[in-house]
Amino acid sequence: MIEMYDVWKTYPNSEPALQGINVKIDKGEFVYVVGPSGAGKSTFIKLMYREEKPSKGTIFINNFNLEKLKERKIPLLRRQIGVVFQDFKLLSRKTAWENVAFALEVIGATGKRIRSRVKETMDMVGLADKADALPSQLSGGQQQRIAIARALVNSPAVIIADEPTGNLDPENSWEIMNLFNQINQRGTTIVMATHNRDIVNTMKKRVIAIEQGHIARDEKRGVYGYDD
Amino acid sequence: MRSGGYTDTMIRILLRHLREGIRSLGRNGWMTIASISAVTVTLLLVGLFLIVGFNLQAASLNVEGQVVMNVFLLPDATPADVPSLQTQIQNMPDVKSVVFVSKEEGLQQLRNKLQADQDLLAGLDSNNPLPNKYIVQAKDPAQTDAIAGRISTLAHVEKVVYQKDTVNRLLTWIAWARNFGIVLMLALIFTAMFLISNTIRITIFARRREIEIMKLVGATNNFIRWPFLVEGFLIGVLGASVPIALLSTGYAILVKNIAILPSFSLLTPVPLLSETGLFLLIVGSFIGMWGSVVSVRKFLRI
Ligand SMILES: Nc1ncnc2c1ncn2[C@@H]1O[C@H](COP(=O)(O)OP(=O)(O)O)[C@@H](O)[C@H]1O
Ligand SMILES: [Mg+2]
Repeated sequence: MIEMYDVWKTYPNSEPALQGINVKIDKGEFVYVVGPSGAGKSTFIKLMYREEKPSKGTIFINNFNLEKLKERKIPLLRRQIGVVFQDFKLLSRKTAWENVAFALEVIGATGKRIRSRVKETMDMVGLADKADALPSQLSGGQQQRIAIARALVNSPAVIIADEPTGNLDPENSWEIMNLFNQINQRGTTIVMATHNRDIVNTMKKRVIAIEQGHIARDEKRGVYGYDD
Repeated sequence: MRSGGYTDTMIRILLRHLREGIRSLGRNGWMTIASISAVTVTLLLVGLFLIVGFNLQAASLNVEGQVVMNVFLLPDATPADVPSLQTQIQNMPDVKSVVFVSKEEGLQQLRNKLQADQDLLAGLDSNNPLPNKYIVQAKDPAQTDAIAGRISTLAHVEKVVYQKDTVNRLLTWIAWARNFGIVLMLALIFTAMFLISNTIRITIFARRREIEIMKLVGATNNFIRWPFLVEGFLIGVLGASVPIALLSTGYAILVKNIAILPSFSLLTPVPLLSETGLFLLIVGSFIGMWGSVVSVRKFLRI
């Protein structure tokens, strides 16, 4: 599903952010990525959906060899990956429904398919009744659910999340985490960078700890392991 | 999907791009107006240049048409030599017409010109001093010089007279005016492209979040580009229609009023304005689309 072999990333004029990452994530896994700020978690995530290119090393995502992936083919990769961010990245002038539909619209889906898939997904995230609300009329937790619905609507093989609960209170964070758990139980692989200690320690999923660009730990049923 | 599914998809996507393009014209109200104005001002000037230019060209062709050579014959040319010499000149490359004017006809023409002072010409009937001549016209006035040279080497030809200076000055002036007009027009068009790409860049800047999300969910670059292309196209077309309307109205009024002056005539509006209008439409939509493509390019590198 996701494989990295000796992956390095050096941003211009800085120390390497990632230094020789080797990792293998199987289909259907749920993986937390933890580590101090600036350790390289976001970089690790960005390499997967090709927002950043590795300086060195090989990455396979769902049979795509990112080393050989042509610029032109990047959209095909991204259609198999759903991405969720800390700041939701919703379009403020579109309603909840339109935000979710947008992901299907831009890949040329029919109106009929868009309607049925968006309905299904909005039901799944429990916001069918908020379809016509603008993001500004929704709570942070609800906005993140819409963002998750958008990531999910395309039925991706994997969902990648970079601190999705970073802006949410504990209660909303738990709800979002349960939603991810549900999605995972339906077979979608999930890779999530997080700072949420309680959740990581309670969920007992695989934990990959990144420190200073290296994988410091990789445990099957791991713990958060930091004090913050 | 059944047969035709692909076409359906294409049509659906095309309609979507049209809808998005039109929508964003409205959404970016002031920016749209700024871009359209940039096209309008440019094309108004370009259109003016073209209309003035075409009229000048027509007028100069008219003058060029009047550039003729007088080929004077020696008295030793017999009446039999006249037609053969005429054929010889006529067969030269680049010669448009050759007309023979006998010395009697020449005298008659002189009489007509001098009406009041007929006594000056008294007694010339019996002793006509005028030579026989041909009036020769070149297909291209620029060839006048060369043709004159060739004719003057023929037998029985005394000399070839034409207004060398006028011809040369006219030709230089026309060439200069034409080049100047083209350079100025290109400069104007580039300025407009720059203005449009800048304004569209600002509107795209406001939409970069939208573009970013489109890229994240797997939209292709072309898919993202199309609505901007539509928008640029519409800006160009709208920007062109104002000058087209202004120029047509203005020109119609001008033609109507100038018809009073018999010695001066303008080109008729129909081929001139429709061709100029078409040209402005094409140039307008081209600069609009170019402006949008150039400005969207930077935002596609995510
Ligand atoms: N676009 C960038 N340009 C330069 N340096 C960057 C960029 N993004 C991240 N970095 C640097 O790379 C390192 C890892 O950053 P990041 O992956 O964001 O860490 P984390 O998400 O774990 O906090 C940090 O030192 C950060 O300053
Ligand atoms: Mg980060």
